[in-house]
Amino acid sequence: MKAARSETKPRAAVRRFRVRLPNILGVIGGVIVTTLIVVAIFAPWLAPYDPKERVARPFLPPGEGHVLGTNDVGQDLLSELIVGTRVSLMVGIVAATVALIIGAAIGVLAGYYPKRLGSVLMRGVDVVLILPFLPLLIVLAAYLGRSLLNTIVVIGVLIWAEPARIIRSQVLSLRSRQYVLAARSMGASDRWTIFRHVIPRTALLATGSFVRAISGAILLEASLSFLGLGDPIQKSWGSTLFWAQTRGAFLTPAWQWWVLPPGLLIMAASLGFALIAFALEERIDPRL
Amino acid sequence: MVRTAHPALLEVENLSVRFVLPGSEVFAVNRVSFQVAPAETFAIVGESGSGKSVSMLSIMGLIASPPAQITGSIRLEGRELIGLGTRRLNRIRGRDMAMVFQEPMSSLNPVHKVGRQIGEGLRIHQGLSRRAARRRAVELLDRVGIPSAATRADSYPHEFSGGMRQRAMIAMALACEPKLLIADEPTTALDVTVQAQIVELIRELQKEYRLAVIWVTHDLGVVAEIADRVGVMYGGRMLESGSASRIYRSSRHPYTLGLLRSIPRLDQPTSTRLPEIPGVPLRVTEQLTGCPFEARCPMSAEGCDEQLPEPEPVGNGGHLSACLHHKEIGSAEALFPEGTLTSGRAGQSEPDNRPFISIRDLKVHFPVAGGPRRRKSAAIRALDGVTLEIRKGQTLGVVGESGCGKTTLGRALVALEVPTSGTIEINGRPIDPKSGPHRRTVQMVFQDPFSSMNPGMSIREVVAEPIRIHRLAPTREIPNRVAELMEQVGLPPENGDQYPHEFSGGQRQRIALARALAAAPEMVVCDEPVSALDVSVQAQVVNLLAEVQSATGLAIVFISHDLAVVRHIAHQVAVMYLGEIVEKGDRDALYDHPLHPYTKVLLAAVPIPETDPSRRGDRIILTGELPDPSDPPTGCRFHTRCPVAVDGLCNVAKPDLVEVEKGRWVSCHLVTGTGSEPTSVSA
Repeated sequence: MKAARSETKPRAAVRRFRVRLPNILGVIGGVIVTTLIVVAIFAPWLAPYDPKERVARPFLPPGEGHVLGTNDVGQDLLSELIVGTRVSLMVGIVAATVALIIGAAIGVLAGYYPKRLGSVLMRGVDVVLILPFLPLLIVLAAYLGRSLLNTIVVIGVLIWAEPARIIRSQVLSLRSRQYVLAARSMGASDRWTIFRHVIPRTALLATGSFVRAISGAILLEASLSFLGLGDPIQKSWGSTLFWAQTRGAFLTPAWQWWVLPPGLLIMAASLGFALIAFALEERIDPRL
Repeated sequence: MVRTAHPALLEVENLSVRFVLPGSEVFAVNRVSFQVAPAETFAIVGESGSGKSVSMLSIMGLIASPPAQITGSIRLEGRELIGLGTRRLNRIRGRDMAMVFQEPMSSLNPVHKVGRQIGEGLRIHQGLSRRAARRRAVELLDRVGIPSAATRADSYPHEFSGGMRQRAMIAMALACEPKLLIADEPTTALDVTVQAQIVELIRELQKEYRLAVIWVTHDLGVVAEIADRVGVMYGGRMLESGSASRIYRSSRHPYTLGLLRSIPRLDQPTSTRLPEIPGVPLRVTEQLTGCPFEARCPMSAEGCDEQLPEPEPVGNGGHLSACLHHKEIGSAEALFPEGTLTSGRAGQSEPDNRPFISIRDLKVHFPVAGGPRRRKSAAIRALDGVTLEIRKGQTLGVVGESGCGKTTLGRALVALEVPTSGTIEINGRPIDPKSGPHRRTVQMVFQDPFSSMNPGMSIREVVAEPIRIHRLAPTREIPNRVAELMEQVGLPPENGDQYPHEFSGGQRQRIALARALAAAPEMVVCDEPVSALDVSVQAQVVNLLAEVQSATGLAIVFISHDLAVVRHIAHQVAVMYLGEIVEKGDRDALYDHPLHPYTKVLLAAVPIPETDPSRRGDRIILTGELPDPSDPPTGCRFHTRCPVAVDGLCNVAKPDLVEVEKGRWVSCHLVTGTGSEPTSVSA
């Protein structure tokens, strides 16, 4: 009996840790995201130089005055990254909002009218999910032209399918709940039940998939800009990488200050949002 | 403690179970003592939260500790079970004692064949080979009355009907021939007709195996005929225990008296108002300092809330009552009076014979996808040609077993189901499933009030919803209107900001009724409105419905499987079987002289809380269960189970629903005119 008892203690500790893990990760994600948002808001004051001005000799390694050195035209790299935070986060959040609006509308309709409208809409979702992602993104971006708005639209249009599916499954289960039936038995219109009973009960789940979408959108924005399909005037982390690539920084020791920092930032931002989403989803639906 | 003459098989002494949860404590069981002798049936009766199931689970050692703290003593044949290690407990569980649960489907493993599950215990405890275990399993299935047991042993649980699953569970429990069987609400999820079969089965098996049975239930009626002794639990305490005849006839505890009084009974005249126990069942979250029933007790006097009454002998046969004032208890009638309604029944005071709703030949079929041949014609005929009229200010009771189509009928009345054919007319206008002001007229109250309310809405919002949907009052006046409605159903309006989960079952059903009334309807469809409620609360809701009806002249459709409740509240009754109405008529005529054989069996299956067999009347036990509604029997649909069916007539020709007396419709070949009995064949 005693041996058995001593065995249960570490097991209990493991179980407690498992229960707490989502919260711990969520806090880590929160810290990362908050830091980035603060940086984005106060970017002009935090950046030591104007990233659009030539402030020193080109290709300067890290040194006095320029912590991360300068790029090919002599702009300060640190300032470029700080100001780039704004564009990267903004594109991520706005594109995710676009995706959420499309996804929620389609998810709610497909879930509430599952028979005809729902099956047509869900076939559309399947098509979007099946399409090879990056090639389509490139084609669309190339076709629409290079501007911030187009980047947002292209990303938003491509990532709505995931939230649409998540929301549809929730709505499907909600529409057969007794209280939705009760509302219908009172003589409520579909609009009433959708806005009063269905949407408020999906809001939490939608928040989770929204945060997850931000994480994805940040990666996509970075990919687009890295391929040179982003807005050429706006500085973002992806475009910093693009210039590093075209000027051959990947092959020289300059990768340490020109390639690594934007790469780490992209990873941190995406991870931060993903961690929050994970913690949220764990709270909303522990089965996920 | 009064010792029974024979040595006890199970002795429970001062059993306490306390659940310690973060931030809260529940005192589920509080120093409960009882004994069960070999081959005896001991019934434990109690409402939800009385601690009855928790005490049974602790006997079986099925409560995890922590979070539970179990103290006291449980001895099976003199061996202490509390504190026994899992391995030793496993040797006793299943072999010396076994349990049957309420939900047979969730206690059977859906991926294993039934025969294998029954054999499992035999292989564990008796070391039988796979083949021997199977042979024994088939014998057992045969013994519990499963037809063609050898083939059915290879079926999966989902292929069994509810009653058969419960039989299989009993076979499993009996596999190792235990000495003690604990049955936790074994018939609650079943229909009355099937319930009667299971009760009969357990009674037989008990004699055969000399089994001691602890039968846990909330229903005093079910156990009346099989219990030797009865214990009544409330708030984690055993309030009264004694021989069944003592408890039913000369109870010495106000709670038992209240329970017995508040059940509507078939064998007593209907009164205008059921005697009720006020208040809601207790959930004990702190150490009891007084009698748990004190707050609801009509005799509560000084001292009741200061001293926890201990069980004291109050009569022979080990009759114990935990009441400080058991000597002063008068008659049950005086303690729990019937009371009268404020005004007479609207339906009786103003005979308005215009049909308000008329249903003509209503059919609702649900197409079944799949099946081996994917026949398109396959459909579940939930309703198959129902014709009914409902008059203003009257209550129509709809009764039948589950699957007879009564719920579909209710849902069709509020346009939740679209008729396959036939019409429903309200005030001469057909029902329009589209939303709009016309939908206000008929409202619905669901069986489970909690799930029928949006958990994110406060009660005020819930009640206001129909007002908002139909724009029945300007926004400014809505709070006043809601407060009025809450008062009308007996809820304090200041609780309006609370959420549904903060209320008890009975209060939630009041809220549901307030919501239905908010639309100012002319008819309310109540689908099993009291089935999910505790016995002591059912009477309150039934009385409330009658009160509201007499105040507003509302028509009510009362759908229920409980014939006694329907008899209490309905003016007209319709009996349904497999999507059809087999008999309808005035309440008294129908209950006093049931004509259709199905109505007769149904009435005979209703348990009556009476221990004396001579007072219970004859018991006809219906064999079999409801046939598949997608493939109903030919001819009269009831002929497969009918005790008086005539071969060559009933299985060939379909009887019409004909008026045999004024207002009395019966669909049976053997019932033709006034006073004729189905036993006299007239064909």
